[in-house]
Amino acid sequence: MTERLLEITGLKVHFKTDDGWVRAVDGVDIGIATGETLCVVGESGCGKTVTAKTILKLIDMPPGKIVAGRIGWRGRDIVPLSPAEMRDIRAKEIGFIFQEPMTSLNPVYTVGEQIAESVRTHEGLSRKAAMDRATEMLRLVNIPSPQRRVHDYPHQFSGGMRQRVMIAMALACNPRLIIADEPTTALDVTIQAQILDLLNDMKEQLGTAVLLITHAMGVVAETAQRVVVMYAGKVVEEAPVGELFANPRHPYTQGLIRSIPRIDRAATEHVRLEAIPGTVPSLLNPPLGCRFAARCRYATEACVAAEPPLREVAPGHKVACIL
Amino acid sequence: MVSGVILLTLILGVLLGPLVWTLPIDEIDFSARLQGPSWEHPLGTDDLGQDLLARILYGGRISLAVGFAAMLVAVVVGVVVGALAGMSGPRGDAALMWVTDLFLALPQLPLLLLIIYLFRDSLKEVVGPEVGVFILIVAVIGGFRWMPVARLVRAQFLSLREKEFVEAARALGASRTRLVVRHILPNALGPVIVAATIDVAAAILAESTLSFLGLGFPPDIPTWGRLLFDAKDHLDFSPHWALFPGLAIFLTVLSINYVGDGLRDALDPRRVQ
Amino acid sequence: MANYLLRRLLIAIPSLLGISVILFVVLALAPGDPFGELTTNPAIPPEVRANLRASLGLDDPIHLRYISWLTAMMKGDWGYSFVSRIPVDQLILQRLPTTLAVIGISQIVALAIALPVGVYAATRPYSIFDQVANTLAFVGFSLPTFFTGLVFILIFSITLDWLPFVYRTGIDASGWRWWWEQFRQSIMPIMVLGLFQGATWTRFVRSAVLDVIRLDYVTTARSKGLTEGTVTMKHVVRNAMIPVVTLVALQMPAVFGGAIVTEQIFRVPGIGSLLITSILANDTPVIMAVTFVFAALVIFFNLLADILYGWLDPRISYS
Repeated sequence: MTERLLEITGLKVHFKTDDGWVRAVDGVDIGIATGETLCVVGESGCGKTVTAKTILKLIDMPPGKIVAGRIGWRGRDIVPLSPAEMRDIRAKEIGFIFQEPMTSLNPVYTVGEQIAESVRTHEGLSRKAAMDRATEMLRLVNIPSPQRRVHDYPHQFSGGMRQRVMIAMALACNPRLIIADEPTTALDVTIQAQILDLLNDMKEQLGTAVLLITHAMGVVAETAQRVVVMYAGKVVEEAPVGELFANPRHPYTQGLIRSIPRIDRAATEHVRLEAIPGTVPSLLNPPLGCRFAARCRYATEACVAAEPPLREVAPGHKVACIL
Repeated sequence: MVSGVILLTLILGVLLGPLVWTLPIDEIDFSARLQGPSWEHPLGTDDLGQDLLARILYGGRISLAVGFAAMLVAVVVGVVVGALAGMSGPRGDAALMWVTDLFLALPQLPLLLLIIYLFRDSLKEVVGPEVGVFILIVAVIGGFRWMPVARLVRAQFLSLREKEFVEAARALGASRTRLVVRHILPNALGPVIVAATIDVAAAILAESTLSFLGLGFPPDIPTWGRLLFDAKDHLDFSPHWALFPGLAIFLTVLSINYVGDGLRDALDPRRVQ
Repeated sequence: MANYLLRRLLIAIPSLLGISVILFVVLALAPGDPFGELTTNPAIPPEVRANLRASLGLDDPIHLRYISWLTAMMKGDWGYSFVSRIPVDQLILQRLPTTLAVIGISQIVALAIALPVGVYAATRPYSIFDQVANTLAFVGFSLPTFFTGLVFILIFSITLDWLPFVYRTGIDASGWRWWWEQFRQSIMPIMVLGLFQGATWTRFVRSAVLDVIRLDYVTTARSKGLTEGTVTMKHVVRNAMIPVVTLVALQMPAVFGGAIVTEQIFRVPGIGSLLITSILANDTPVIMAVTFVFAALVIFFNLLADILYGWLDPRISYS
């Protein structure tokens, strides 16, 4: 097995609210090898975005707090690192792409200035050299006439183009890992495919590892090598992508896969698109046993009584279910 | 919360105070000139030996009356202008908003002074000095404070006009007036109440400023600003004369502003924490 | 940008005209002939009075009277003071620099308070510093300037005897001494105005920064590995200034109002105290002209704010 680039173990991130502590992330293990693409899937509020942002400590602390766990980055735990040490990792070693291209760029600076900013911070380049790098990055992400566009403001770009700018910005310092938090959710369907292709392309060209957060199983199938399924702040299943789609073990994963609309099946076949009944439990006071038990059609008394541990059922395939 | 209690105390004080503290406001007593606070005159006396507590209580009635009346004028004008702008077509809307912006850019105090200077005498002849000045001051202060309300009401109109429940009501054949009165105005109420609260404070300040400049009510009516105006030449020997009415204005304005702020927090749906 | 500037200038002209119409309507509605002091003087024979009225154009239709009045105002032909018989424009030009200096310096003081305090408070919301700053700001803008002015005089002039409480134009000193005396007599009016505006603006700055600090691009900036200081200055404050400029422009009428009161308290010989003395002396031409100058100043500052706004926000100037 290759050396793991990122190794998260037992991560717990809780948020203080007026009603008590919300356990947004409650014991998560995730690992990414060099050059690998890992997808984290789950519905909104399952803790996947918090996990991603915690890696760069981009959550607001307070009210957020890393309660337990280790975030190993190239062999070193970054949880206890000082803000200054964290700043050296941000952008330079780990790049971040956000969900909303429309609001993630500062409206008062040109896109060139914004890309150049991280290069200048980390590589001490001159203004001129940094702007040249920005132009080069824009060309890399297939933005037409980059020499001219580098001096344009974000409002002069469309959503898809802005997401390309965000990708250029995240890649500008040539990081080893890119975290992409739902990078296509806010975009039109046709644009979504382009952005995913671009991400795949970049990964091939630069050998960057990708941690892709998404709620769309379609995106997973297209990009991932390995998949982690999260539910209510916990990992419920982890497997290589082919294995997961062929042989999903957790009832929640099965539900997710059945809820993908299939265009290749005619409507006459009467295969109903399935929704998973019920709602996610409150993370303020999560149930004792399996968190999915309340919505699970196979749930038994044993499921409610104790939390099922994550166990390996096949090589590289782990599941947190007693069935 | 605390501010609400203080404000209520102040209002009750000036309303009921004169019933309890029955010293006349204009009893001249040269033997008791410019006295500091004592049991006989808890807030001291002025240069004519008049009791300051009685005068401040009386002045408070006028200040608060001006404040509330001017606020009413501002709200009525603002709601009407805002509703007209919200209901009329794009051109009427643009014109009314241009007028609103114009009024926001007017130098209010100089114009206030100018209007009072030009119209004071003729109004005095028609309805008498006190009522005349009261009407004039209320109308002019209110007439310069309606713009925020107009903008709020218009904004509510524009955002609510396309909302489902208004569409539904229109589809059911509700008349325009009915729509405005039953559906749109109640929704605009929250922000308007906040703006109205702040308006009371601003109107009290404006009236006090006018009186302080010697251009408000006639000299024999002891409004808070007027008391300060009279006191400012005696600061060296009787600071209490200026301090008490000044504190009264400050406390009133501060508590009204706090109440307005509290209301804003309570009525703002997107507040955090 | 040039296009934008031109557009703002063209918008300022109708505003100025609109204000002049309002001024003129007020004047025309006023009982009697405010300008025609001589024409209503009973000591003058009726036929002379009629001639005077005709020569002053007082019997013309209202729109003609407006146009002739406006041309006169535009040409700087503002008539003579009833009291001192000096041309009004001279009177105002003498006084204007003092007013502009007092207002200008006090606004700098206000900004010097509001910017650091507002930003620092907003980056630590609900901390003790934030709560103290918030309370002081609330107290500050609820304190009327005329009361603060009197309290300042009471403390610094009467009790402590540090500062003079009347502003003098002719200081009989030169060099450093002159500047020192000038400083001593200006500090109270400037602080009264500056503290009041500073309190108001602190609230503006704080809430604008709070609004910006939650936005996505601030997290983006942080994800680039910038220091907190750089994130705050370059990405938060820079953007928060955009709404603040608008709010400050809306405050200009209130700033001038405060200046009138302050000048009156400290007897600063600016156009504000000129306005009050002329009202007390029924000096109509001066009153009209000063009001007009105040209106023009407000429009001018609004224009300045518009330009600043366009410069701060590329979305405005490049569309």
